[in-house]
Amino acid sequence: MIKMKQVVKKYTTGKVEFTALKGIDLHIRKGELSAVMGPSGSGKSTLMNIIGCLDVPSSGAYTLEGRDVGQLTSNDLAEIRNKKIGFVFQAFNLLPYATAYENVEIPLLFAGAKAKQRKERVMELLSRVGLADKVANRPTEMSGGEMQRVAIARALANEPDVILADEPTGNLDSQSGGEIVKLFHELWESGKTIIIITHDSNIAGTAERIIKLKDGMIESNGTRPQ
Amino acid sequence: MKISIIYNVFIRDFRKQKKRITLTLVALVWGTISIMLLLGFGEGLHQQMTVNDKGLGEGIAIVWGGQTSIPYKGMGKGRRIRLHVDDMEYIKGRIPEVKEIGGQYDRWGVNLKYGDQVVSEHCVGLTPNYEHMRNLIPEQGGRMINNLDLKLKRRVVFLGDNIANRLLGEGDPVGEQILLNSVPFTIIGVMIPKLQNSSYGGMDENQVSIPLTTFKAIFGDLYLDNIVYQITDVNRNEEIEKKLYEVMGERYKFDPEDERALSVWDTVASKKEFDNIMFGIQIFMGIIGGLTLLIAGVGVANIMYVSIKERTREIGIKMAMGAKRSYILTQFLLEALLITFGGGVLGMAISYILTEGFKRIPIESDVLNMMGRPTISIEIGLLVIAILSIMGVVAGLFPAMRASSVNPVESLRYE
Repeated sequence: MIKMKQVVKKYTTGKVEFTALKGIDLHIRKGELSAVMGPSGSGKSTLMNIIGCLDVPSSGAYTLEGRDVGQLTSNDLAEIRNKKIGFVFQAFNLLPYATAYENVEIPLLFAGAKAKQRKERVMELLSRVGLADKVANRPTEMSGGEMQRVAIARALANEPDVILADEPTGNLDSQSGGEIVKLFHELWESGKTIIIITHDSNIAGTAERIIKLKDGMIESNGTRPQ
Repeated sequence: MKISIIYNVFIRDFRKQKKRITLTLVALVWGTISIMLLLGFGEGLHQQMTVNDKGLGEGIAIVWGGQTSIPYKGMGKGRRIRLHVDDMEYIKGRIPEVKEIGGQYDRWGVNLKYGDQVVSEHCVGLTPNYEHMRNLIPEQGGRMINNLDLKLKRRVVFLGDNIANRLLGEGDPVGEQILLNSVPFTIIGVMIPKLQNSSYGGMDENQVSIPLTTFKAIFGDLYLDNIVYQITDVNRNEEIEKKLYEVMGERYKFDPEDERALSVWDTVASKKEFDNIMFGIQIFMGIIGGLTLLIAGVGVANIMYVSIKERTREIGIKMAMGAKRSYILTQFLLEALLITFGGGVLGMAISYILTEGFKRIPIESDVLNMMGRPTISIEIGLLVIAILSIMGVVAGLFPAMRASSVNPVESLRYE
């Protein structure tokens, strides 16, 4: 499903060059639930951005479902982000002026779904995350846990194969966090490939596999938690 | 498929951002209104000053007698040159470019009596062609002095609108009898009110006009106070004035170069000078208008830039959700176009309503008369809208292009 070979990512700000990823080899199979751990600055987010096609590697090869991402145009990448990948961010990244309904609708709009399909799908997703009664609420009228569930519903809109979550519980209290983790487990059981970046070893402990990063390199790959 | 996506996103977002859009619109409308009103009032002032200038008459020159200042053919200087009634025929016969020529006697402090009302005013004996040369146009139901009046030395009088009002009040004065220095006269007409911003001897609205011949018979004046002539081609005014000095110099024996033998007020020359001043004012207004447009444009550009820049994160979110760059740019371009164009058209409409409203202010005042009728020019309006729109769209599209060309991660980080 996800294959990386010697992936390097460099950033240049002004004259300073910074290498965030220093040659990553990684293989994630379909249907896996992986947790990515590591201290700040170890390259976790960069890795996730590259997996999610939000960014492209500076060198090395990344293939997603057999397609070489390095060879794709920006429109192809947009299409992959739209159909193949669902994002869940620490900061939720909901549109502030839009209701829960409208936020979940965004990926469907860009996929070109018809109005009737969109409506059915959005309602189905919002009831699946337990927010059928908050359809018309704006982000400011919701709790953090509710906002993150809207974001998860949005990530699922186009039935992506991969769900990428960057510190999804980072801004939540432990109870809301627990509910979100439960949701991810349900999704995993339904067959999705899930990658969660987290600081929280409790959350990582529920994953099938833990990938540990340090200084832009993989420190350990696939150890089962003790 | 693609168009429907853009349409759906566009409609949805547009509805969602009423406050932001309203504020941007207000800025645009305000910019458009300030420029349109500035230029509109400038144009109105120009037109009104031109109209007022025509009150005295178009393309005319007024000639007074004078005193020689150069010795000529054995005669010393300081000799008085006076105008005679037959000078009119003499000049017209010798200068074919003179289209019309007339003359007048003046007398101030002539008593007019109607019933118990007595006023003392400026009385003029004049020729019938003053009607068109000097714009002494009668109100409907009346007439100006004609050639028959002149021939028969009729005791008829043509009144300025102001004096008619003061003497007779409301009602139709035509046919009424008044006493002019105790001599009965019949009123034959009253002048249509006009705007006049230059004069000699007094404003026409207060003038009492009687036939030239009647004047001479009553008051016995020997000399004309002045002669008025109108020329066929206003561009040859200087040449004709020079000819006048030659012709009159020959008749009264003075040096044609002697400018003080006669005094001539050439309104064509004044008009040209006036036109130059007006042109200067127009350039001035144009510069102010241009600078105002620039300020408005910068304001619009600023608002568009900030409001799109603020949406960098939104762009990042949409791109992470699978929006293509072209979708984002089309949406923002459409939005910017709609806002700038809508604001411009709205601003123009409001400017139009304001100027039309101003024209209908029912107060009579000299200031308002001079302010005239502010005129909105459609061409200038469209140009203003186009310039503001371009500035707004470019300023708005720039941050949108930037936000959608860097990778979505950076846009997502934008706070």
